[in-house]
Parts: sequence; structure tokens; C-alpha cells
Amino acid sequence: MSILGTRVVRAEDPRLLTVGGTYVDDLREPALVGAAHATFVRSPVAHARISSIDVQDAREAPGVVAVFTGRDLDISPSPPAPMVTAAMARPALATDVVRYVGEAVAVVITDERYQGEDAAELVMVDYDPLPAVVSGEDAVRGETLLFPEAGTNVAWTGGAEQLDEHLFDDCEVVVTQVIDNQRLAPAPLEVRSAACAWSDDQGQVTLWLSTQGAQAARDELQRQLGLEEGQLRVVAPDVGGGFGAKIAADPETAALCAASRRLGRPLRWVESRSENMIAMTHGRAQHQTVTIGGRRDGTVLAYRIEVLQDSGAYPRESSWLLPILTMNMASGVYAIPKVETAARSIVTNTTPLSAYRGAGRPEATAAIERAMDLFASEIGMDPAEVRRRNFVAPDAFPFQTPSGITYDSGEYAKALDTVLEAAGYPDLQEEQRRRRERGDPLQLGFGLSAYVEITAPDNAVGETGRVEVGADGSVTVYTGSSAHGQGHATAFAMLASDELGIPMDRIKVLHGDTAKIPKGAGTYGSRSLQLGGSAVHEASVEVVKRARHLAAELLEADEGDIVLDRDAGRWHVKGAPATAVSWGELAQQAEGDGGLAADSDFSEERPTFPFGVHLAVVEVDVETGAVRLVRFVSVDDAGRVVNPVLTEGQRHGGIAQGAAQALLEHMVYDADGNPQTGNLADYAFITAAELPSFELLPMETATPLNPLGVKGIGEAGTIGSTPAVQNAVVNAITHLGVRHVDMPATAQRVWAAINEAKER
Amino acid sequence: MQVTIRVNGNNTTHEIEDRLLLVHYLRDVLGLTGTNIGCDTTSCGACTVHLNGESVKSCTMLAAQADGAEVTTIEGLAGSDEMHPMQRAFRENHGLQCGFCTPGMVMAAVGLLREQANPTEEQVRSGLEGNLCRCTGYHNIVQAVLAAAKEGGAR
Ligand code: FES
Ligand code: FES
Repeated sequence: MSILGTRVVRAEDPRLLTVGGTYVDDLREPALVGAAHATFVRSPVAHARISSIDVQDAREAPGVVAVFTGRDLDISPSPPAPMVTAAMARPALATDVVRYVGEAVAVVITDERYQGEDAAELVMVDYDPLPAVVSGEDAVRGETLLFPEAGTNVAWTGGAEQLDEHLFDDCEVVVTQVIDNQRLAPAPLEVRSAACAWSDDQGQVTLWLSTQGAQAARDELQRQLGLEEGQLRVVAPDVGGGFGAKIAADPETAALCAASRRLGRPLRWVESRSENMIAMTHGRAQHQTVTIGGRRDGTVLAYRIEVLQDSGAYPRESSWLLPILTMNMASGVYAIPKVETAARSIVTNTTPLSAYRGAGRPEATAAIERAMDLFASEIGMDPAEVRRRNFVAPDAFPFQTPSGITYDSGEYAKALDTVLEAAGYPDLQEEQRRRRERGDPLQLGFGLSAYVEITAPDNAVGETGRVEVGADGSVTVYTGSSAHGQGHATAFAMLASDELGIPMDRIKVLHGDTAKIPKGAGTYGSRSLQLGGSAVHEASVEVVKRARHLAAELLEADEGDIVLDRDAGRWHVKGAPATAVSWGELAQQAEGDGGLAADSDFSEERPTFPFGVHLAVVEVDVETGAVRLVRFVSVDDAGRVVNPVLTEGQRHGGIAQGAAQALLEHMVYDADGNPQTGNLADYAFITAAELPSFELLPMETATPLNPLGVKGIGEAGTIGSTPAVQNAVVNAITHLGVRHVDMPATAQRVWAAINEAKER
Repeated sequence: MQVTIRVNGNNTTHEIEDRLLLVHYLRDVLGLTGTNIGCDTTSCGACTVHLNGESVKSCTMLAAQADGAEVTTIEGLAGSDEMHPMQRAFRENHGLQCGFCTPGMVMAAVGLLREQANPTEEQVRSGLEGNLCRCTGYHNIVQAVLAAAKEGGAR
């Protein structure tokens, strides 16, 4: 029987549970013996010219080895994305102007960890304040420019150049809403960290980095440091979460390598959490205007979304990628005849933006799913019914959207029915009616979200996999994908085991070391299983093919008569199982001939489109505004499931992060660009006490685009849950005249919305 | 100054800086890196260990304050067994993903059961409020703790 689809507990856990993982700060490599510690000096102001940096006192402080400013280190600036003007390039350490609170201006190197903080405080930087650009409106107005040479604060524009004034001409009802998809801190539990050591002749450097993609980090850093290809080896040890914010190599890492080279001494760097909250990239930060129009019978005819993407102080890839993903996924699960999208990315004096679980797709889903509810409420129809009427039909796949992308497969109405049934939708409606009637202070709300999202959006980039059988019959799997909690070591071992008939405990999965795996893309965009997993599968299939050939030689039989007994993990001639050869023997046989191994580089013809329906139930205390999420029911169809344990884990985590955005989390700046939630005491990171257990329902619609039939699941939970929870909050208080509440729906906001509605 | 702390059943004596935090004593002086650091505001619980049998956040106290005390870290939780029932329950219920919160979470969960042997789901949730996890959404952590309660997880 195939192991695929069965509940297998994780191979990685015993170590993580008994001695803990080996994260960067835990490394005790010989090469790091005697390492000094790096501490960054960061700007306390949002926008200022640097008139001078005095490092004298710091240099004389106890334990200080060196202090470097941007002028001391030779690092090429990070160029912005190709579509963005080069005038917005980012230096590794700010030299002339600081553009956000938390931007690094110098690095202090000390013998001991504690000495770094003391010495960093002694670096005297003279800041000449400039006006801070914080809000989107200020950025667009452009009275103050972050990069005067660029002549604008707009970094990128996309979508419709001119809005179609006739878009809603045929509509009986048109609703418009301005939506703030607030800025969030990704906050992986392990902060950013790195350690680096040069060889004695400085020809080679090894960088241990908490990253989602060692190979991409290597390429970017080699360029910034002016190194030849192959000079830099990047190793990702255990990584304590990433959520998109550890995709790229950050400027601090380049500075660390450069400083280490100058000193001829290994260096370690671990930021503090308070640094992490303001200096690691943030997510979301989209200001949207959505308009939806249709007929009173529930048919949606036209939809428009205008996006203002805050890129923070320095535009990165994501400042155009996020709005592009939002625009591509604009119409969601619905067949809407006319869809118009337009986007602008702006720079502001805030922390730079990048991917955060979902990256552009939660923003698209939040917009359309709020719009559907607003439309439903305007025409007085049940939100479930409005959705059902507009779904892309199951026989319409492959379905091309007005944004020009092709959905592979979907069963949207089935997902909706499954959720409504499991949730007891009529009972919820009845309970809500009762509470409304008796004026219960605790009102009930339920919110729906039907989503489709894009996974492996960079399908053509593909992923590498290598499967090697050793002379002892054990297997090593190499993947270019990069785990940081997802369970690759378990899932990929299952894939290899299933093909080879070799038990999982004899299969080791390696990732995140550019010396062993020179080519790889890493983990982001929910791509790991469908691309990396498919590569491992294909390589395994190829290894079986080669093994069959070798077995035929050894057993002196026809290849067609050779059988792999997957239960026993041995090869024999059909009908003669007594004379069998083992995997180890075949590997020995192949030794002179490059070994028994195969490589694969798997890419997909198109991305895949997982989908689902989420239903959230909340209780809102109308006297205080306090919201409590009491139930959460979901269908998340990500194609075939390799290991339900892992998919459920991804769904749980995703749902929680979405609920956190809907209810609690918000990275807040004041008008001068000072972060107000820059540590874990102030930032409302969601806890166990604020969440219920989740009711997950199974559903699998295979994709034809890869041999495993799988789609991505890493981000789906977040994409679906955010608007479900937000819609539930609004639903609880619509009868009081409330039409919309922006996220996060904190008690204060909900209370204010109820009171405003009362006064109207 | 000099401290003597009994860690995972072994006496450790070291000359330390006055301001050294217990968590750094464990990690940097003793090399017990299972205990992690996730914040600088005593908010996350990644550093949770047992001090004389009770959960404490080891980033909130000085090593000096633990002088003469008995400390258990994730490395010592199972004693001579392969795994403590709580560790087993976390594995069986997929209560961890990246593993960074895990040592602190497991120690806090054991501490919780020692105070309340048969908690309800709600009590588990409020009892773990001081331990943050970014990966699991807590669902399986809660399941693990409830399962461990039935299997001697308070031990
Ligand atoms: S490290 Fe966060 S509470 Fe101790
Ligand atoms: S498992 Fe990653 S933070 Fe909890």
C-alpha cells in the first residue's frame, strides 16, 4: 500500500523536541571559534540627513574590535526591482540619508555579545531632520521626496492607465468601499541571524544564514560583495520560521560578510526582537478602493480594485510583485464579466515591505470578499447565496480570468456546501436572529470567505531534486527547496520511499547548503511540494529505472521481467523472489559509473490554484466592542494530500495568522514615522487564548499540472481566514447600521463603529 | 561573581558577570542551546525552563538569582527516558513546526499540568498565553497538552 496520503508523524521532531533545533545562534562550528559579535547602530529618526558619524567613543569602549560605517565597507547597493528607477537603490548601511526608523547606519564589532549594545549607544550620529512621509496621501502628494533624484515617491505603476468610466453602466446596484489592509510584522519566532567565516586566504567564505533560500541569498550576496561565483557558500541550518520575510538576503548580512573579511575574524549576528520588529521587512500595507456592481438578482457584473501599495523606504521586488499578485487574483472565485485593476507603489519613511504569508493574495481576497458581502447586504441577499450565483462553474476549467490567468481546477460550490453543512448554517442564522431579537449584549456574527489563490506563481523557475542510493542501501535526497517548519524531511522522504520501497528511516533529506545543492529556488509562494516534491518524485522514478537496468544485468534477465518488491525493498526476476538483489548491491554495482542516483529539475507549465471556503463565527460584545472568535470551519482544497498531518498543520497556522490580522495585529506608525508597536509587548501577536480550535474538512481536487496532483497549502489558510473573520465581525453588528470595520477589528474600533452608526 | 546552579541533575559552578541572564548562562556558558530566545520584553516564552520544578522565563532573571537552585531545561526533561510524555504528545499531535517555540512551549506545558493535572481546553489556552508560536496556530499544541494530561504529562 502506498504511504502517500497517510498520517505520518514527522521525522524532524525527536531532535527538535529533546535537544532543540540547531538555529544559527546555536552553531558551535569549529570555523566559528573565536567569533566576534556584530551589533547594528540604527536610526532613531524616520527621515534625516546624516551630517556626521562619530565612532571615537565607541571604538574605545570595552571589548570593541571595530566600528564600521557605510563608507568603510565596500558593498554594492541593493538595486530595486528592474521596473523601479535605480535612483531608489538601497545602501547596505545608510551614508547620507536615513529613510526609516531602524535603518542601519553603522556596525559595532565586539568580543562579547553584551558589549555590543553598550558600544552601539556610544556611536554619535548627527541627524539633520527632514519631514517624514508616512501616509499614502503624503507620499502621492510628493511635497517631500525620499529620493529627490527620482523626482517622485511613486516607485511603480501597473494595471489600467485610465479607469473605464463605463465599467458599471449596466449595473442596478454599485457599492464602493475604501479598505485598509494594514501593515503587519511577519515576526517569525526566530529573529534574523547569521554567522560568517572566511578561509585564511580569504578565497572562500561560509555564511550560515536563517533563510528560506540559500541559493538566492548566495547569488545576491556574491553580487553585493563583488565575489566570484563559487566563493560564497551559504548554509541554512534550522530556521525558526520565515513567512516570506526571510526570502532575500538583507543588507545586514552583506555588512556582516564585509566586516568579517576586513577583520579576518569570524562574526556572529543575532538581532534583538525589538530590532526585528522594525528592521525586518513588513507585510501587507495596501490601501484599496473597491467598487462592485451588479443586478438585484445577485449577479455581479463588474468589479474594480485600485491598489496603493506602501513599499516602505526602499522598494524591493515585492513592491511590484505584491500588487501584481493582488491584481491577478482580483476576481477570486467568481466569473465576473468586467474586471478592472490599477496599482501604484509608493515609498514612505517606514520599514520596507516584502512578502508575508500570502503576499498580495490575501489582499486580493480580502478586497473581493468584503465587496461580495457589501453587495449582498446592499441587495438584501444571503452572502452565501450571492457567492454561489457567481462562482466559476466546475465545468469551466481550465478557466481564464479577465486578468488573463488560467485556473487549473476547482469545485467552489461543493466547498461552500461542505462548509455550510458542517457549520450548521441555518442554526447559526437562527441563533443570530434570536440574539438580535432579545437585544443580547453578546451578538453573534458569521462570515464567509470563498477563495482561490495562486501557488508556485513562478512555476517556470522550477525546483531541483536529487536522489542518491548509497552502498548500504540508504538514500539521500537533495532538494533546492528549503524547510523552515513545513516538514520537507518527512514529506520528501515519503515521496522517495513510495517509489523506491525503502523505509523512511533510511532516507535522509538535505536542503539549504549551496556546497551540496548548488542550484535551487527555495521556499516561498507555496511552491515546495508541487515543484520540489515533484522533482524528488521524478528523480526517484528515474533511479528506479536505472536500478531496474542494473538488476537486469546482475540477475541476467530481461529488464521487462525484473520486479521491484516495494514491501521488501528488493529486486528479483518475476516468479523467482528467492534470488533477489538489494538496493545496496545495485548501488555498489553502479559505483564505478557515477553511482545510483538521478537528478531532476522540475517546472510546471502553469501555476496551480488551490481554493476553499472558510466560515468564521464571532461573538461581539456590543457594549465594549470586544470580539471573540468562537468557531472556525474550513475547506482547503490543495489537490492531492501527501501527508494530512502536515497539510492540517499548515492550515492551522495559516488560519491563525489570518485571524490575527483580522482581529489584532497592526504595525502602527505615528505621524512622524515613529513605530508605535515595535516590540512584542506592544505588537498584538496572537496567543492561544484568543483562538478556538479549528474545524477542518477534507477535500481534494487533483491538478493535472504535476505528477503528484498537488497544489500549495502554505498560505491558503491565511488567504481564506482573514476576510472570513472580518466579515463575521461586520455581520455581527450590521443590524446596528454598521457597514464596514477595517482590520484589525479591535474592541476600540468595533465600539466606535457601533457608536458612529447609532449617531447617524 | 561565582554561581552554583544544578542544571539537569548536574552541579555547575562558574565565574560570571553580574548582569548575565540565566538564559545566557544556560546557552553560552553551559552550551545548552535547546532553550531559545525569542524576544526582549519577556513576552514570548521561548526561554521557559523549570526553576525548582516551576516554569520561569529564563530571560527575566539573572543567573545570579538562580544560585543554589535546581534548573531543568528541555535537554533534561526526559531524564533517562527517551522522551517525556509531553514531548511524545507534541510529536504524535504535530504540535511543532519550525521548533523554535517548542522547548519553551513544552516546558511551560509541563508546568501547566503540574499546577492543573486535568485542564479543560480553555484552561490550556489561557495557561499557555505567555508562550507565543507563529507556526502552529496553537491548535495541535493544545491537542498535545490535552493528550499528555492523560499520559502522565505532569511528571
Ligand atoms: S525570550 Fe521571550 S520571554 Fe524570554
Ligand atoms: S513551531 Fe514555529 S514558532 Fe512554534
